[in-house]
Amino acid sequence: MSTPTVTDGPPLVELHGVTRHVQLPNGSTLEILRGIDLSVAPGEHVAVVGRSGTGKSTLLNILGLLDSPTHGDYLLEGTPIGRLGSRARARRRGDDFGFVFQQFNLLAGRTAVENVAAPLLYARGRKFWQRKRLATQMLERVGLGERLDTMPEKLSGGEQQRVAIARALVRGPRVILADEPTGALDVDTGRAVMDLLDTAAAETGAALVTITHDLAIAARADRQFRLADGVLVPIHLDAPGPVIEAAAAVGATVPAAPALGAGA
Amino acid sequence: MSGLVGAVVEAWDELRIHKVRVLLALVGVAVAVTAITGITAAVSMLGQAMQESSDRDQGRPTTLTVYGWNSTGELDPLAFDQAVDELAERYKISYHSVQANQQLPVRSGASDTYVQLTVVDPSYSVITRLVTDGGRWFTDRDAEALGPTLVVNQPFLDQLTDGRPVDAHPQVTLGGDTAVQATVIGTVPVRWEQEGPMAYMLFDQAARWLPDLVRDQQYKIWVPTELDEDLQAVLRRDLTAMLPGMHAEVQLPWDSGFGLDSATRWVVLGVSGFALLLGGLGLLNIALVTVRYRIREIGIRRSFGATGSRVFFGVLMESVVATFVAGLVGVVLAVAIVKNIPVERVFGTALQDTPPFPFTAALVGMACATGVGALAGLVPAIYAVRVKVIDAIRY
Repeated sequence: MSTPTVTDGPPLVELHGVTRHVQLPNGSTLEILRGIDLSVAPGEHVAVVGRSGTGKSTLLNILGLLDSPTHGDYLLEGTPIGRLGSRARARRRGDDFGFVFQQFNLLAGRTAVENVAAPLLYARGRKFWQRKRLATQMLERVGLGERLDTMPEKLSGGEQQRVAIARALVRGPRVILADEPTGALDVDTGRAVMDLLDTAAAETGAALVTITHDLAIAARADRQFRLADGVLVPIHLDAPGPVIEAAAAVGATVPAAPALGAGA
Repeated sequence: MSGLVGAVVEAWDELRIHKVRVLLALVGVAVAVTAITGITAAVSMLGQAMQESSDRDQGRPTTLTVYGWNSTGELDPLAFDQAVDELAERYKISYHSVQANQQLPVRSGASDTYVQLTVVDPSYSVITRLVTDGGRWFTDRDAEALGPTLVVNQPFLDQLTDGRPVDAHPQVTLGGDTAVQATVIGTVPVRWEQEGPMAYMLFDQAARWLPDLVRDQQYKIWVPTELDEDLQAVLRRDLTAMLPGMHAEVQLPWDSGFGLDSATRWVVLGVSGFALLLGGLGLLNIALVTVRYRIREIGIRRSFGATGSRVFFGVLMESVVATFVAGLVGVVLAVAIVKNIPVERVFGTALQDTPPFPFTAALVGMACATGVGALAGLVPAIYAVRVKVIDAIRY
């Protein structure tokens, strides 16, 4: 197991006994998450793996304040999120979280720099008024300084995800939530994108929570979890053997054994 | 502050990106605003044209007409004139004029031709909006002139001075018992076809050289509208007191009925309003369809920290900003159209006081457009807020 290097500080995000139910049209209740306990420290990289439909995205949405637990407590820097109104939650979501999606979710019809500047429209003060400059700087940091005015459809998949990462980072989030960030990319491009995410998170001190099918990607994290039947279980992905076992356990695939070494 | 600016910037960006769709939706709104604003302005100009036409006949609003008669005998015209002058001075009335319509004998060859004469004071031109199209109108100093002067129409010049232009100061001999030479100093426009020769002469000159023509006079007195009924009673009382044996009658102007009544105006505005409503419905339709296409984008924006109210306000603002711009275009179009109306051809007469483009019409047009935008944006905005964020992102 890799040694967590940044987990010693006070938790940034804490989930205690979090459950999430949804009511189905036939009146029955579907349990998506059951008794989730998780804490993420500032600067830590955590990965969650699991089959499709096991509630990974629901967990990520709860972490990112896009969804609420049915039961249980969510503390953000010690503040119980359940007590916040929807307005305060939206504000904290904008201030503290950056999202990276599998399908990039870039805004159509807007250039790369306009996409990166979009979150700053909801910021206040200097960040709002200097949004164009900040977006330009962020795109330069992810190596797209030459593609500022390019429309998303003219960018390659890897470039689009880099724009999405720049957009997630531009407000200086405390937590980056990545939902299958390499899911739509080939192996090499996916690795490069993860390198970028890891570097950016390390530089800014942001925590990174990655949800992935790809065990090689998960293995780059400080800690890994498996989500199965709504229950979160810690796993270890620091060696080829267990990786394959774990892959069998979660129904995931291991694209290339050497790729595991990158983050392990 | 940054919240409001952010919402407007967001709305503007959205319009910029979807400009074709927005343009299509807004054509109807802009055209309706042009119609509302333009018609309001045109109605205002038409009203002014009719008012000016009415003023030429009976004086400006509010012009009192004073008549006098003496039951015991002939009324002394000079005493009547002096009494009216005194009253005008007493009540600080700036413009008043005598008006006496007579037949003026003008020597034409061996015989006299009778032309229609109006005996007036210099203020007559102000009260009745009479403007000369050649030479000049009377001034107070003309009362001291050594010979009578006339302001005439073109038929007068054609028939009685052999067509000599007014600049040549043509002279005519006024007939009657004692002939006198009169000089033409100005001409007034011909108001209708087949108009015969006519002339204006100052009361003081007529009293000196043609005293027989100074009788049966009435007075036009231009008074503030809010004081018309008070002054009507006061002038009648004072005149009767000043001229023993005289009966004075002071009349308020009769309603010409020329002005567009408010019902007509409301019908016109109603039709335009309906057109605007239809434009708004088109906009609503397109906005609703678009917002369905934009569910994912709304979800992404929620992940950026957009609050529900911000999403609501943002979608609403798109519609409002769009219709505001359409309203602006509509008003500009209306101004361009109204300013280029060939007034003389449309209204039959040139306007002396062209009314400025009615500011209220422009404001009403803008307000209607923005209001329609807000209404059309309301439904999509509610829809956008009720979108589930998680579903929206995965949409």
